[in-house]
Amino acid sequence: MSGHTHNTDDRRQLQMARSMCWHCQSEMAGEYFCDRCVKVQPVSKDVDYFTCFGLPRRLAIDTRVLEAKFYELSRAFHPDFYQNKSDAEQSISLGNSAMLNTAYRTLRDPIQRAEYLLDLEAGSVKDIRTSPPADLFEEILELQETLDEFRESDRASEQASTLRAKLHADRTNLEERQREMETRLHQLFSRWDALQDRGEATEEARTERSSILKDMRNILSNRTYVKNIVNDLVETIA
Amino acid sequence: MARIVGIDLGTTNSLVAYMDKGTPRIIASRHERAMVPSVVALTDNGLIVGDPAKEHLTRHPERTVYSVKRFMGKSLADVQGELAYFPYALTEKGGVIRIQLGEKSYSPPQISAMILKELKLRAEAFLGESITKAVITVPAYFNDSQRQATKDAGMIAGLEVLRIINEPTAASLAYGLQEKTQGTIAVYDLGGGTFDISILKLKNGIFEVLATNGDTHLGGDDFDQLVADLLLKEIKAQQGLDLSAHPDHMQAVRLQAERAKIRLSEELKTTVCLDLPNGQGQFTRELTRDQLEALCGPLVERSLGPCRLALKDSGLNPTEIDEVVLVGGSTRMPLVRQRVQALFGKQPHCDLNPDEVVALGAAVQADILSGGTTDMLLLDVTPLSLGIETMGGVMSSLIRRNTTIPASAKEMFTTYVDGQTGVDIHILQGERELAKDNRSLARFRLKIPPLPAGVPRIEVTFLIDANGILNVMAKDMRTGETQSIEVKPSYGLSDQEVERMIEDSFKFAADDVSARKVIEARLDAGALITTTEKSLADGGHLVAAGEVATIRAALSALASAKEGSDPRAIRARMADLEQAAKGLTVAMLDDSLKQGLQGKKISDVT
Repeated sequence: MSGHTHNTDDRRQLQMARSMCWHCQSEMAGEYFCDRCVKVQPVSKDVDYFTCFGLPRRLAIDTRVLEAKFYELSRAFHPDFYQNKSDAEQSISLGNSAMLNTAYRTLRDPIQRAEYLLDLEAGSVKDIRTSPPADLFEEILELQETLDEFRESDRASEQASTLRAKLHADRTNLEERQREMETRLHQLFSRWDALQDRGEATEEARTERSSILKDMRNILSNRTYVKNIVNDLVETIA
Repeated sequence: MARIVGIDLGTTNSLVAYMDKGTPRIIASRHERAMVPSVVALTDNGLIVGDPAKEHLTRHPERTVYSVKRFMGKSLADVQGELAYFPYALTEKGGVIRIQLGEKSYSPPQISAMILKELKLRAEAFLGESITKAVITVPAYFNDSQRQATKDAGMIAGLEVLRIINEPTAASLAYGLQEKTQGTIAVYDLGGGTFDISILKLKNGIFEVLATNGDTHLGGDDFDQLVADLLLKEIKAQQGLDLSAHPDHMQAVRLQAERAKIRLSEELKTTVCLDLPNGQGQFTRELTRDQLEALCGPLVERSLGPCRLALKDSGLNPTEIDEVVLVGGSTRMPLVRQRVQALFGKQPHCDLNPDEVVALGAAVQADILSGGTTDMLLLDVTPLSLGIETMGGVMSSLIRRNTTIPASAKEMFTTYVDGQTGVDIHILQGERELAKDNRSLARFRLKIPPLPAGVPRIEVTFLIDANGILNVMAKDMRTGETQSIEVKPSYGLSDQEVERMIEDSFKFAADDVSARKVIEARLDAGALITTTEKSLADGGHLVAAGEVATIRAALSALASAKEGSDPRAIRARMADLEQAAKGLTVAMLDDSLKQGLQGKKISDVT
């Protein structure tokens, strides 16, 4: 981990400094526990998942650090360790644990991590694609027709076996597209991380940032669309 | 903090365990086996549980309930296919199965509560303190209704259920404690009625469940039934006898089938011998292990499907599993061991008694909850996806299966019509596309202030707690007010029903179980009084007058204790009497020896 984590760390310090212990009302300096009365504190809704795990907001993360921190925080928050505590503490423990589990699940998976980062950076509502991506438009319309024909055909007929062969070819083709998308996506991830590491505040950097985010969003939604098509295809010809 | 016990509430047998200075131990009462058969029988003296109840299976099959776990959290429609196999009468009331026993009908949680009470009594007698808190295990693949029903059973039995824990993960705790294992383990748990597979990652005391799968309707009972069906068919073919008209003989066949199956785990062949009704002789047949395996093979294969799915969900290959652990009595079958070994490519572990390991693990979890240990932490998952019904009868998943619990999901609701004051929400659990193919957990109506369409914003939070049980909360985002939601379970007891059953249990069931203790103590006391009085009459002259007076005092103390209804007091006075009469017993023994020796040559006795 490089020294570029200062931004997020500072922000967290600020948030924590502003908050107050729900129990003893003292100003909170501790991270998740009040320094004075040692009571567990609800994790603020404003703390993003990266900050929660003490990770920089990057798309390549050290999953071993993530896991170690997840286990450490699980030990801090899990309801098993709050059985003898007050109702308020039990309820905080439950809420924090549920949040922690969601955060871990989100950051562990590279795609969910990217989608989450997009949400944070560009404030997106999930963009669900309902029509084929432009560069695949013709191809997918044709595939849909072949799929329909195949579904209606007599599976033992010669027509069916011709269609099946065509669908197999389409599948190979689409899977190739999927691999291309994965590669481009990971290139974008690296570009994003490099840009963040440089931490420049220039106009160029800002333009590049928004262009990377836009491209990522595009690929992510195309990716989901193509994935669903492939699943449908595999199911039909199985 | 008061002691918390761990309970394995099994389909065929149940156990209770506690933590003894860092080591989990099974509680066995002095004269009985540690395992309490999960059987409840209605006798003329009330309800009895366990081994004595098991004896009633063939005598009064219509009044003896076994395998009640199969009915927990179920409706009658769910179990329609197997009703014919059960000799007791099942009905339904408000979506919950009722079991008819004599005049009264009981819900499955009430029957389970009787078993739990028996375990509670045993633990109390053994530990010498009142037990009010427990961790109870359930199959990992139990859905929300089945978990809730188990929790209800605990409450009816007078136990605060601090945690519902999954059986395979409980077993992993017992193993992990013993072996200090690190790495990935697969727990294959084939019990009396249910099958679970769980894949876990163990690291520095954290037991993280990666995936779980199973079949809540696959277990030793099903193997027994296959063997029983074969025997019944042969009896019909050879003797022209249809035993289905004889529930008592049907039970005998089932029990013989179970015994033969158990013997065939050790031996290659065995003989099944059955008395036929109305003195029509016997049916005898040799059964080989090969024949048993040919019968049960398809069922064992069926368990491998969930194993593959769990592996897939955990993202691991069989070769990446470091250890395989076998749990549940049915894993004693050599065929099961072979198939599991073939799937995972390694010899499975079965160092701990597969019947006891779940209860031991429950005791470990109880210790964690009571603050006894902080070394270990179990991170379990929800076995089934949770969602709501959306337009067109489709299920929309909010929390996916194999999500670590506690887990939460939020959903925003609004209105489509001006002045609309409610939204109906239907909560589902399962993996199927369509709402109707999944388990309906509950329905509730969300109250919404009458406002123009689309203006209200109600945020509903679905929270699965550490027990795997769903909690629902709603919050009006405009006012920030939280709303309490009354969730009506689709297949379960409402809170009021549970309340009433708890009251009933104090009135009736509690009496029934403790009545048995009193009856037994009185019977034993009566027998002791009779023999002691006889001894006094026969040998009173052999001891001092003072001793006779002490014995008479102890006799009358026992006689008056016997009139009371405190079994402990009766047992205590029995011990006093035995102590007081010790001298008399010894003197009589000496005397009879002396008498016996008279008239015999020395050479005869040496």
